[in-house]
Amino acid sequence: MSEAGAAAAHDAHAEHHELGFIRTYIFSTDHKMIGRQFMFASILMLIVGGLLAMMMRWELAWPETAVPFTSWISEPFMYPADEDSTVGAVEGLSEFVDPFPGANFAKSLGSVGGAHMDPAFYNSVFTMHATIMIFFVVMPFMVGGFGNFLIPLMIGAGDMAFPILNMLSFWTAVPATIMIVYSFFVEGGAAAGGWTMYATLSADPTLSGVDTGADLWVISLLILGVSSLMGAINYITTVVNMRAPGMTWFRMPLVIWSLFVTAILLLLALPVLTAALGMLLFDRTMGTSFFMPGGGGEPILWQHLFWFFGHPEVYILVLPAMGVTSDILSTFSRKPIFGYKAMAFSMIALAFLSWIVWGHHMFVSGMNPVLGTAFMLTTMVIAVPSAIKTFNWLGTLWGGNIRFTSPMLFALGFVSNFVIGGLSGIYMASTPVDIFIHDTYFIVAHFHYVVAGIIFGMFAALYYWFPKIFGRMMNETLGKVHFALTYIFFNCAFFPMHFLGVAGHMRRIYNPLQYEFLHDIQWWNVFITMSAFCLGLSQLIFFVNFIWSLIAGKKADKNPWEANTLEWTAPSPPGHGNFETTPTVYRGPYEYSSPLVKEDWLPQDRKLGPEVVTASQ
Amino acid sequence: MMQWLPEDVSPYGGSIDALFYFIYYITAAAFILVTALMIIFLYQYRRDDSRRAVYTHGHTGLELVWTIIPALVFIGLGLASKSIWEEVKLNVPETDVEIRVTGKQFNWEVLYPGPDKEFETDDDYQVDNDIHVPVGKPVRVFLGSKDVIHSLFMPNLRFKQDMLPGRQIEAWFQANKAGTYEVPCAELCGFGHSGMKGTLYVDTPEDYAAWYDKRWPPAETNGGDASAAETTEEVLAGGAVMDAETMPEPEAEPAATEEEAESAMEGAADSAAQEATE
Repeated sequence: MSEAGAAAAHDAHAEHHELGFIRTYIFSTDHKMIGRQFMFASILMLIVGGLLAMMMRWELAWPETAVPFTSWISEPFMYPADEDSTVGAVEGLSEFVDPFPGANFAKSLGSVGGAHMDPAFYNSVFTMHATIMIFFVVMPFMVGGFGNFLIPLMIGAGDMAFPILNMLSFWTAVPATIMIVYSFFVEGGAAAGGWTMYATLSADPTLSGVDTGADLWVISLLILGVSSLMGAINYITTVVNMRAPGMTWFRMPLVIWSLFVTAILLLLALPVLTAALGMLLFDRTMGTSFFMPGGGGEPILWQHLFWFFGHPEVYILVLPAMGVTSDILSTFSRKPIFGYKAMAFSMIALAFLSWIVWGHHMFVSGMNPVLGTAFMLTTMVIAVPSAIKTFNWLGTLWGGNIRFTSPMLFALGFVSNFVIGGLSGIYMASTPVDIFIHDTYFIVAHFHYVVAGIIFGMFAALYYWFPKIFGRMMNETLGKVHFALTYIFFNCAFFPMHFLGVAGHMRRIYNPLQYEFLHDIQWWNVFITMSAFCLGLSQLIFFVNFIWSLIAGKKADKNPWEANTLEWTAPSPPGHGNFETTPTVYRGPYEYSSPLVKEDWLPQDRKLGPEVVTASQ
Repeated sequence: MMQWLPEDVSPYGGSIDALFYFIYYITAAAFILVTALMIIFLYQYRRDDSRRAVYTHGHTGLELVWTIIPALVFIGLGLASKSIWEEVKLNVPETDVEIRVTGKQFNWEVLYPGPDKEFETDDDYQVDNDIHVPVGKPVRVFLGSKDVIHSLFMPNLRFKQDMLPGRQIEAWFQANKAGTYEVPCAELCGFGHSGMKGTLYVDTPEDYAAWYDKRWPPAETNGGDASAAETTEEVLAGGAVMDAETMPEPEAEPAATEEEAESAMEGAADSAAQEATE
């Protein structure tokens, strides 16, 4: 078929599929639209989760003072504040606040629509912050959003294997999201047992004082699990069955490898969470005793089940960001990824090992100390593939011709934060050291470097694929400013948490000044809070850039970054069915600066004439 | 960041802190290495259209090096951690000071067995949030909970152990320096979690004897007068013996403190003997 003929046929094909507004934008079965839906939903939830973090930080810096802009929240969550309860007026607080330059600002802000936070509500706030960020931001954005958008495009398929299942996956996530937000508004408020929901606090409503809210939390995650399971089945089937001709396993981009491995982890881990959540719901509502010792249950069983799911979950969150980073580093270094197979196999190794390290969350839980040693050793082993990935990223930069675009900067930011998060994990892996730092801010610092650090992978991915997703370019200058501010304030906000942890500052406490041994380090809490506010405000630059670029950004070419992978051979944005003709793949995804061609990139689907191939042999 | 590790007054805390510093130096070195290389590469290989990037897919030898070296470091760390973990958790020293601490929303319920050294007998003493122990003696503690999971956290003793409802966990600690220490709960236990704390009173022998005798007056039981006095003395003498012979080296504590403790202990024994004769 001639090229013109193919285009005409494609047009006819597209016309045949002309769909109404509802089938195009709402109940769409197109993987690209479903990907966009997941992205928008998780960006909305990112705002919710971020604002919750801001409330927490205010409370920790200036405990038991009026939190600004919260007077609209009703009792018993927030209590009306009087003039004596602003930062400047609370007795004894001045000595902790005044030395810090932000004190006057805080004093003036507290009187703006301020209200007092109830300690029980504080527990709800951090529980929901973590739940939302993990299950409703990172997972739907990276796995739901980019997984959906990228898998068919990067393997050269027209759509997912099961388009209707794909649509159901999104529309199952919607009620789960609504339910988790709604749980704030029921009597007793939202779940307050921490995102880990340890029994027995979570298993008996009378112990936490939260009844309906925690039930909704459980049900919401049960529903979300169904959504993720549908996605996982779809991704695995698509990657196994629908790769374009010539797209062998080891010609797949690493981001596809990461999403494939993630889908397998989801498929295997979610049933465990579902079972545990089911037992918890039975304990809460039907009087069973899976976790209640009074009826012969065992509270530590919850921890084993939860972390058996929970540790693979950590890799579900971080693997896609690693994949994205690998692709972006290679593209903008104009160099093949260093050690492609080692990168693919280290992800597989991480996935396997993630099943046998869950006990490192439980060194002081009362589990047999001998078991602690076993889990410590497996945890030390899982650090090795992470080290391999880091060094291979460095190897990719070496000898490159590096272009500092905004996606590249965010990818480098991800590597830098992952290095810190990975190294701080070693402290916790060591059982004796963990005795002291367990449940302190050291842990909070560690998992924010790893999990909140994923936001750098999210931004890298969004800046990189924005032209393909929406057909327009984002503003580079704003992107770079956004990166610089985010990187600086992220580190100012999270790095000092290590110091707090080393001083013994417990996590999940509402007022650090209740403990005399924490008085001397309170100024770090103020510093962290100011940095966190700046981090939050810096994101406004992103929102401006994002919305402005959506409407009025420069139209994007097919391949604005001169990249090799298949999605860049489709139009920006790709139409229904993605490719005009199914591409054929001739080589791996990272043939940058190949000696075979004049340009410094060589797309996967470009067929070289026999004379070039012979010359290279 | 080092000066913020709280003062260590436990026999094994020195090993834990040393391991902490060891990991600190290793991770700091790794961090500096990776960050420095990254900055150098980013500067050295910034965009320059007059040249092409090096076309390479990797280097097996290099990759083996940076797989094997971290693996060896991690195995070493694992072995070092294992031995200290066993020192802390498995080598429980002999002692006759026993207490039971039970978590409940939102207090520590402390139970002392009294002179008969048996729990759940008539001479038990139960109080909320006040833990009295003698300085320099191992204390066996039985941990439990009445409602949710709590975690007994004594930062200066490098001690943290979750307390589970429906189970009794045996642990031990030893404070080598007299004083009062805060004992917060480290595991989220409900709306009153923040502020749930008790006080650990590490008493000098005199203070401990005074507290003990006030609680269980030696003269109270006429027939058992001698035995009660003996108990007090036994506790103290046992402490002195433990100090001199079987107590592990208190690494963080200067010898002067130990001497002080010992001389104080002798004084206490004298005063206790005096009291008994009175």
